[in-house]
Amino acid sequence: MIKKDVLIIGAGPTGIFCAHQLGIIGLSCEIVDNLDKAGGQCIELYPDKPIYDIPAVPECTGEELTTNLLQQIKPFNVKFHLNERVEELKKVETRWHVKTSGKQEFDVASIVIAGGVGSFEPRKFALKECEKFEGSSIFYSIKDKTVFKDKTISIFGGGDSALDWAIELSNTSKVNLIHRRDGFSGAESSVQKVKELNDKGKINLYTKYQIDSVSGENNIKSIKIKHDDGENKEFKTDYVLGFFGLIMQLGPILDWGLNISKKSIEVNTENFETNIDGIFAIGDICTYPGKLKLILSGFHEGALAARGCFKYAKPDEKLRFEFTTTSKAAQERLGVKK
Amino acid sequence: MTKINYITHDNQTHTIDVQNGLTVMEGAVQNDIPGIDADCGGGMACATCHVYVNEEWLDKLPTKEDGEEDMLDMAFEPKQNSRLSCQLTVSNELDGLVVNIPSKQV
Ligand SMILES: Cc1cc2nc3c(=O)[nH]c(=O)nc-3n(C[C@H](O)[C@H](O)[C@H](O)COP(=O)(O)OP(=O)(O)OC[C@H]3O[C@@H](n4cnc5c(N)ncnc54)[C@H](O)[C@@H]3O)c2cc1C
Ligand code: FES
Repeated sequence: MIKKDVLIIGAGPTGIFCAHQLGIIGLSCEIVDNLDKAGGQCIELYPDKPIYDIPAVPECTGEELTTNLLQQIKPFNVKFHLNERVEELKKVETRWHVKTSGKQEFDVASIVIAGGVGSFEPRKFALKECEKFEGSSIFYSIKDKTVFKDKTISIFGGGDSALDWAIELSNTSKVNLIHRRDGFSGAESSVQKVKELNDKGKINLYTKYQIDSVSGENNIKSIKIKHDDGENKEFKTDYVLGFFGLIMQLGPILDWGLNISKKSIEVNTENFETNIDGIFAIGDICTYPGKLKLILSGFHEGALAARGCFKYAKPDEKLRFEFTTTSKAAQERLGVKK
Repeated sequence: MTKINYITHDNQTHTIDVQNGLTVMEGAVQNDIPGIDADCGGGMACATCHVYVNEEWLDKLPTKEDGEEDMLDMAFEPKQNSRLSCQLTVSNELDGLVVNIPSKQV
């Protein structure tokens, strides 16, 4: 079990900056995130788009913001646990015990939830029957592509993932690519490549079709797709892949006994503590009168929540207000003391 | 004020006066119409404000901006009359608009 002062759930901009604020006041923390990299929405949804409203930074992209934030917390050597979702919180006397999907366990004095709109998960087929084939014949991400060799694969979607996998798998498998319209959101070069492969008969491209039904016992045997004008096609397939982007789901956060309203956690605005003592919520996931879902608000919330964590981590000490410009202790923690 | 008719999945019609300039999504969220999640708050980044627009209204709507169709690829059961309600700004021309809310957003 890892023992720290604070556990931060979510490595979006808010969670990362809160780690900085904790570091400055001398508290230790680690961060868990479900994604494979830090940065939250900025890195997952808009790495290349410019942001214009970060104070004192006239313009930076989602990726640059993330890189700079990570640079800023470097002195504190904060450990990130990526690809892990926080599943369970349990109060044990005055401490919290936290469990993740990767079976990691933490023992902390308080918890800061900076979970955004929840953890990112793949969007799935709307069709109910698809559920029972998930993990055996239907996949939303690919871990081991060798299982597809010499099989028939039906890929749904029109973004980069769908196009890239269709191109790649067409080398070793029979590939059907099905998309709901003629236009694609993936890179133009990939679209051209797919069309070429379709002309050569290496990929069967079906546009304006959507899934209609799947059939099979334990594994899928065939699927039916339906054209916009109502016409159906049925063909044999061994595997079905769906690439419809990511969706954010609150998931386990809903089960922790927190006051939730409209998918957000209610907090006070003094230190962003929730209805449960020792659990704080900051950034997009928290709500209070006047809440703005902006990165800048998340930074402010993180600064106050960090101070809120202090009394749980060091109940016998008093926290003094200090500036980083003049505080020797803060500069020592930052490793910049002359 | 412009009247917008939201038909929820249980076939109930909610007629709401929405201020011009707000979006059809905001009209739903502010009036607690169930079934519009709008996770990204109108940023065209989530497709959880998806609605089906009644045919007779399709031509009267503002045309789709770049990116809306891409986002709709990810919506729950998109159809030809699908739109993202955060991209529909309410104006006098839309008085009486009818939108159907899908059974789910994800
Ligand atoms: C297209 C777009 C453009 C934007 N432009 C701007 C802008 O110009 N200016 C601005 O200020 N804001 C902008 N925003 C909003 C801004 O990105 C968000 O306000 C910000 O990302 C919120 O940060 P956060 O850290 O609270 O949450 P997020 O960035 O959502 O990060 C939350 C993280 O928590 C993780 N998580 C959740 N639950 C769990 C769990 N149980 N276990 C493990 N991990 C979990 C998630 O995987 C995620 O990585 C934009 C958003 C979008 C989509
Ligand atoms: S609210 Fe997210 S796309 Fe409309």
